[in-house]
Amino acid sequence: MIDGSSQFRSHLRHARGMGSAKEGTHHWLAQRVTALALLPLTFWLVFSLVTLSLEGHLEFITWLSSPISGTLMILFLLVSFHHGQLGIQVVVEDYISNITIRRTLLIVTKFISYLLATLGIVSVLRIIFESL
Amino acid sequence: MKIPHRPLSPHLQVYNLPLTALLSISHRITGVSLTLGIVLLTLWVFSAALGEEEYNLFSLFLNFWLGKLVLFGFSVALFYHLCNGIRHLFWDIGMNFDLKKTMLADYTVLFSSIILTILVWFFALRDLI
Repeated sequence: MIDGSSQFRSHLRHARGMGSAKEGTHHWLAQRVTALALLPLTFWLVFSLVTLSLEGHLEFITWLSSPISGTLMILFLLVSFHHGQLGIQVVVEDYISNITIRRTLLIVTKFISYLLATLGIVSVLRIIFESL
Repeated sequence: MKIPHRPLSPHLQVYNLPLTALLSISHRITGVSLTLGIVLLTLWVFSAALGEEEYNLFSLFLNFWLGKLVLFGFSVALFYHLCNGIRHLFWDIGMNFDLKKTMLADYTVLFSSIILTILVWFFALRDLI
């Protein structure tokens, strides 16, 4: 008669520790907002690479060390790696069913993304400060 | 009762993907390959920060035919992902869901990404032409 395994337990019992609600759209929204930011940034980058003559090291340094180019390049690196790792995360979650491999890949993706983004940003900063 | 081994119905291998579906999976493929593109961009900026020699070495590879081919591939992926991404943003605000507009958007995305790619390479190689 007392078979209380499910009857007297509320859904809260299962929900606890699984994370709160209200934040479920965060990933989705972040992907869209970064996409929106990347639209003008990408056009700027492509336009710069195509119109400027960046063959030589000096031209490249001169271009990147201007405050506007430097700022936009840092923003591009930051936002594009953020957008990229959000996208890779969805692909990994969709196609890798083994939970250990999936979690490992997710963490590795994030580590590599932010490592490279930081490497790029530090490089831009070094170019800016060395040209002063 | 014996369970008959029946094939799964419409599966990827036997299912003729409509254009919209092909464009959808292309968005993913180009997206993943573009992350390699920004790795290349990062290494390029990094090489410039290291010094002139490293920068020239990197430029040498990019100006080599293989480097140009890689850059061309990335430009195609970039413009496709960009144009199809704009279409996705319109979907996200609830626009263009009916079949006619979706198909129109299919061709608009393809057409504009081809035009943008041609335009960029025309300007990039204008000195050589």
